Amino acid sequence: MPKDGQIGPATKRREDVRFLTGKGRYTDDINLRGQAHAYFLRSQVAHGKINGIDTAAAAAMPGVIRIFTGKDFEGIGGLPCGWQVTDKHGKPMLEPGHPVLAQGKVRHVGDPIAVVVAETEAQARDAAEAIEVDLEELPAVMDMKAAVQGGTLVHDDIGSNLCYDWGFVEENKAAVDEAFAKAHHVTTLELVNQRLVANPMEPRVAVGDYDQTMDHHTLYTTSQNPHVIRLLMGAFVLGIPEHKLRVVAPDVGGGFGSKIFHYAEEAFVTFAAKAINRPVKWTSSRSEAFMSDAHGRDHVSKIELALDAEGHFQALRTETYANMGAYLSTFAPSVPTWLHGTLMAGNYKTPLIYVNVKAVFTNTVPVDAYRGAGRPEATYQLERVVDKAAREMGIDPIELRRKNFVTEFPYATPVAVEYDTGDYVATMDKLEEMADIKGFPARLEASKKKGKLRGLGINCYIEACGIAPSHLVGQLGARAGLYESATVRVNATGSISVMTGSHSHGQGHETAFPQVVADMIGIDASQIEIVHGDTANTPMGMGTYGSRSLAVGGSAIVRATNKIISKAKKIAAHLLEASEGDIELKDGKFSVAGTDKSVDWAGVTLAAYVPHNYPLESLEPGLEETAFYDPANFTYPSGAYACEVEVDPETGKVTIESFAAADDFGNIVNPMIVDGQVHGGIGQGIGQALLENTVYDENGQLLSASYMDYAMPRANDVPFYKVDHSCQTPCTHNPLGVKGCGEAGAIGTPPAVVNAVLDALNRAGHDVAHIDMPMSPARVWAAMQK
Amino acid sequence: MYAFEFERPKTVEDAVAALKSDEAQALGGGQTLIPTLKSRLAAPAKLVSLQGIDTMKFVKAEGGVLSVGGGTPHAVVAAEAAKSYPGLAALAGNIGDPSVRNKGTVGGSLANNDPSACYPSAALASGATIVTDHREIAADDFFDGLFTTALEEGEIITEVRFPIPEAANYQKFEQPASRFALVGVFVAKFSDGVRVAVTGASGDGVFRWTEAEEALSKSFTPEALKELTVDDSDMIEDLHGSAAYRAHLVKVMTGRAVAAAG
Ligand SMILES: Cc1cc2nc3c(=O)[nH]c(=O)nc-3n(C[C@H](O)[C@H](O)[C@H](O)COP(=O)(O)OP(=O)(O)OC[C@H]3O[C@@H](n4cnc5c(N)ncnc54)[C@H](O)[C@@H]3O)c2cc1C
Repeated sequence: MPKDGQIGPATKRREDVRFLTGKGRYTDDINLRGQAHAYFLRSQVAHGKINGIDTAAAAAMPGVIRIFTGKDFEGIGGLPCGWQVTDKHGKPMLEPGHPVLAQGKVRHVGDPIAVVVAETEAQARDAAEAIEVDLEELPAVMDMKAAVQGGTLVHDDIGSNLCYDWGFVEENKAAVDEAFAKAHHVTTLELVNQRLVANPMEPRVAVGDYDQTMDHHTLYTTSQNPHVIRLLMGAFVLGIPEHKLRVVAPDVGGGFGSKIFHYAEEAFVTFAAKAINRPVKWTSSRSEAFMSDAHGRDHVSKIELALDAEGHFQALRTETYANMGAYLSTFAPSVPTWLHGTLMAGNYKTPLIYVNVKAVFTNTVPVDAYRGAGRPEATYQLERVVDKAAREMGIDPIELRRKNFVTEFPYATPVAVEYDTGDYVATMDKLEEMADIKGFPARLEASKKKGKLRGLGINCYIEACGIAPSHLVGQLGARAGLYESATVRVNATGSISVMTGSHSHGQGHETAFPQVVADMIGIDASQIEIVHGDTANTPMGMGTYGSRSLAVGGSAIVRATNKIISKAKKIAAHLLEASEGDIELKDGKFSVAGTDKSVDWAGVTLAAYVPHNYPLESLEPGLEETAFYDPANFTYPSGAYACEVEVDPETGKVTIESFAAADDFGNIVNPMIVDGQVHGGIGQGIGQALLENTVYDENGQLLSASYMDYAMPRANDVPFYKVDHSCQTPCTHNPLGVKGCGEAGAIGTPPAVVNAVLDALNRAGHDVAHIDMPMSPARVWAAMQK
Repeated sequence: MYAFEFERPKTVEDAVAALKSDEAQALGGGQTLIPTLKSRLAAPAKLVSLQGIDTMKFVKAEGGVLSVGGGTPHAVVAAEAAKSYPGLAALAGNIGDPSVRNKGTVGGSLANNDPSACYPSAALASGATIVTDHREIAADDFFDGLFTTALEEGEIITEVRFPIPEAANYQKFEQPASRFALVGVFVAKFSDGVRVAVTGASGDGVFRWTEAEEALSKSFTPEALKELTVDDSDMIEDLHGSAAYRAHLVKVMTGRAVAAAG
């Protein structure tokens, strides 16, 4: 049995002490001497031409230090896009400019027009109200299908609202079409994966600081990846070399993807701090977050599944319109393509697949990765169409899935990726047991007696995590590598600081990463601290998203720790006057095999820094190693979920009665943290399935712009989950055999819930093929009236 | 928020006097007004807090009437009216969350007359009397459409008198985001008849469903509603539900309230 604090046990999260007692140090807690405050004047119209901005009256208001407009940023780079997609004709995507402050035109409600920097935030806001903007409103481009037909352009200079028209795999198209023509049965489904707002508990904040004597900038920001921000902002926007720019992302209160991207506000405060030679702070309000944080999802899709008479999948064809919003956010183009098309095989051995994605500019907030990013959209389409096919063909939905499972690994899908391991039969077996599928008829009866409609929804998912092999994503258009880094610094007394490029914003790295190192060396986890979130004291790393921290960042830590162990063995060999090959490390002790000679961990680490008795001729003093790890493949977590709902036939209200998740995450370092990650993901998935919706009107006004209208899931919207991760097929290509668990819940849940509601309605005699999310009471009721 | 002056008088008289100054506004629990100020949708020159007036905070049941001070928070009503007027106490206990219930007041809720608020339906269905600093207003004359009431500038609700029905129940179907009433129905059965008030549904704010009142006065059973339909032409239509859905819910919630009232 491994000890608490090593790999395996449910070690309590050490960071929770400060989070739960209000002692976390978030960006908004940072207040610098002489700090000024920035207030962004944002567009209230979706689309308009700026004929002039008069700041004279505002500039004379109390406390105003300086007012910035687009003019101040002329000649300065725009916000870069980190991924270039090539369309089906081999042409690069259309890539419009993304200015820090609007240049001549505003393109969505919330687009920043000007910024007032003043002594206090209230003064800045007062002055912003006095800025006169001569704005000529233009028609808003809202409907994606209409937008690609011509008419008003979001960006005049690129000549089209169609960012790219992507075909994947284009060479397969003819074969796919042929399979459809010959199919015994074709199931077709049109659906919307609605736009979501991530809504992390902590809104975004940025503080810029500038040291004139050193010509050095510091940006404190709510980011999931401070090194990425330093690179993007320094190299592409402001032209500041790395050694003159430090980016710090301290405690961050949730990100869910929305804090990956480089935002205008970060570039602004960094720029303005130098311009006025004072620190500049910006804190987003919740209302501002709704119209300036990148949104998620927003796909309109048609999916078709061809089956033979026994229900074997023959071919799959999809067409998706993916909303990019008004500008290309940092990773936006990759989400509907490489994180979506490549997952379309799901858990099934469908031999022929063709995916078409049209990415479209509209006058809305930019859309980018949100927990799951592309994979929830793929899973939702696939699992909905499989469920519909089961109903149409009269086959049990579990049986239909089992019939088509991939069972042999490695498995090369027709959509470019190769699954290394998995056991979809095992997770389905586990699920059937956990969810007591056999007992469903009795529960159905019990619900009927209460006057409720009961339904059972099943879902399987596969995801590509541990993002990502740099060589692969490079071929796919990524403008960055996606390795991770770690420096393991062993101190003289044996304590260890691990500097990681991963970033924890709720995931529990400060607990889980020490478990890995403690396990490898055999010392107590309390001896190990994790340092992250500051470019000044961590090696260049790519940050945290795509369920990559343990799989990629943890692997870098393993590599660096292995280097430490190998050097420590050399030191021990010297101290014990033995040959290096005879040294064994166990429970923090180095011993000579077959003897009782040993030296403990602290004896070795002290010798490294107090090298009185040390092999100086063959070994440098000190004990510090850095490693970079670039994965050979994605990891492929998978699972099977079951949801049971009750529907109130009079009101359409759905309640979730039970939810079971059987996941395969490979090896598990800390099962409690994994449970928490799955719980949170399921909560967000239920939020998407039943509650959350971002609604614009036809003029581009955001109707769901606050919690009065945007429904977040709350504790009493969710049941007590049953989660299990005992099915483990370890990843074959990373040293920990781990796969990643951060997004699974958000990917696997929505189709399970939607399938359950439709099952309930159809069992009760309502012939309802589909209801778009969120399945609000009003929508479910309306569907029952037909 | 814009800057404003702040006063916290100890008596109703002082509050009335303070409210005479230019662009002064009463502040109850602040659960509606403070968010409005924060989003800069209102800019009073002076806020006159009613929270220091002890005579406006009480709950007492006497002679078949429950009297509640205009400054009494929802949580206090929920606790102290639980025996005397359980239907009303349950309504108060299900408004917002604990912090809203500990701050928000019955006077503030009625004065605000939000079309989705709960209290207006209780006042109207109970046939309550709204007592102000200088007069008494019957609930039937008080509500004047969305966010509008019979209150004059600077007039303060000091007390609300709810006649206690033989049986009553409030059914709230929550709007999924705000958890205000998408449709809320308060049914109150008195010896001389039944009153039914509906909130959340209509574009004109809280209203009495008179057809249901007649039917239920004859037979206080959910079945009595069977033949009735609710006209949806004045119903609210928004991203949370159509007019037809709201009209449908009015009937469903009324039936449930009757069943629950027993
Ligand atoms: C998160 C949240 C959830 C909520 N959920 C619900 C809900 O489910 N159901 C529901 O009904 N309400 C709900 N509310 C509203 C809540 O009940 C408020 O308390 C109420 O609407 C206003 O009462 P207040 O005392 O806070 O008034 P304030 O916000 O202080 O004032 C509101 C208005 O009334 C005036 N006013 C205040 N007191 C008096 C008085 N005694 N005489 C005359 N005028 C006065 C003020 O000048 C102002 O115009 C919710 C509020 C929040 C913030």
